[in-house]
Amino acid sequence: MFLPLAAPALPLDEAGKYVAGAYVVFVVLLVVYLAIMAAKLQRIERELREVAALAEERKKTQVAPGRGAEEAAPHV
Amino acid sequence: MYGKGLKPLSIATVAMLALSLSLVFFYAPLDADQGFIQKIFYIHVPLAIVALIGFIAGGVFAILHLRSDDRKWDAYSYVAIHISVIFGVAVLITGAIWAKASWGHWWVWDEPTLVSFLIVFLLYATYYPFRYAIEDRDRQARYASVFAVTAGAFVPLNFMAVRMAESLVHPRTFATAEGGMPGEMMLTVLCMLVAIGLLWTTLVKFELTAKSASGQVKRLRRALDAPVSGGSSRIAPEVG
Repeated sequence: MFLPLAAPALPLDEAGKYVAGAYVVFVVLLVVYLAIMAAKLQRIERELREVAALAEERKKTQVAPGRGAEEAAPHV
Repeated sequence: MYGKGLKPLSIATVAMLALSLSLVFFYAPLDADQGFIQKIFYIHVPLAIVALIGFIAGGVFAILHLRSDDRKWDAYSYVAIHISVIFGVAVLITGAIWAKASWGHWWVWDEPTLVSFLIVFLLYATYYPFRYAIEDRDRQARYASVFAVTAGAFVPLNFMAVRMAESLVHPRTFATAEGGMPGEMMLTVLCMLVAIGLLWTTLVKFELTAKSASGQVKRLRRALDAPVSGGSSRIAPEVG
């Protein structure tokens, strides 16, 4: 394959597009990665909320029988 | 405690990236041969160096995993390779853009540097299906570590083989003969290298923190006898 080893420098208006393209690729990849990580963090937050709700529910059901027994006991 | 020090590290990364990009566009002189197009090298070369060092780091973490049998090191190895593969994608795309502008071709198959990097990248791209193919978590971690050590050893060998190759069309950034690059350019490349290195470290820590949080939620679910949701990846190592 023929390769122009000493290719002349591109004019600024033409080279600018390529340089901007390269840096935009870097920024886009970074933003996509951060968006994926944000989605992951949202999922973790949702799961944590579910677990917290479940823990509270368990706590209520554990307390409820005790309270019920207290109510059923005859008052002296 | 993977998230420890993440905030100052993130601030340092943003500051260093801002400083380095300012140096690239306002301080570094235009290259006499290539002109403005050479500015691509300030992002392309540090990304390539950091990606290759990241692959080697993945191998070193894998050795620590095999020696200690601590799953933490498997997670480090997985994340190091994961972030390096993402950086590898950026290297291939920015390199192709430069090649199109400079050589008139997006890709040149008889250029050793390009092809060797593609081989390394494709080798690491097989890491994911390799992990996915193994069901048992312990075996998966062990085999993935063996893969990471072997591939990590291949990276410097590959680099040396390319350096020793005779037909070199790809420009050498840190040239040793004929004076090398001017001081301003060298300073800019080094600043960019530090910035990209910090970015890699920040992303690795960020990913490990997210994995650790996800692992803690799973442990809580198990402790509460709640069903573990199937949203997480089967190949990503779980860290507590």
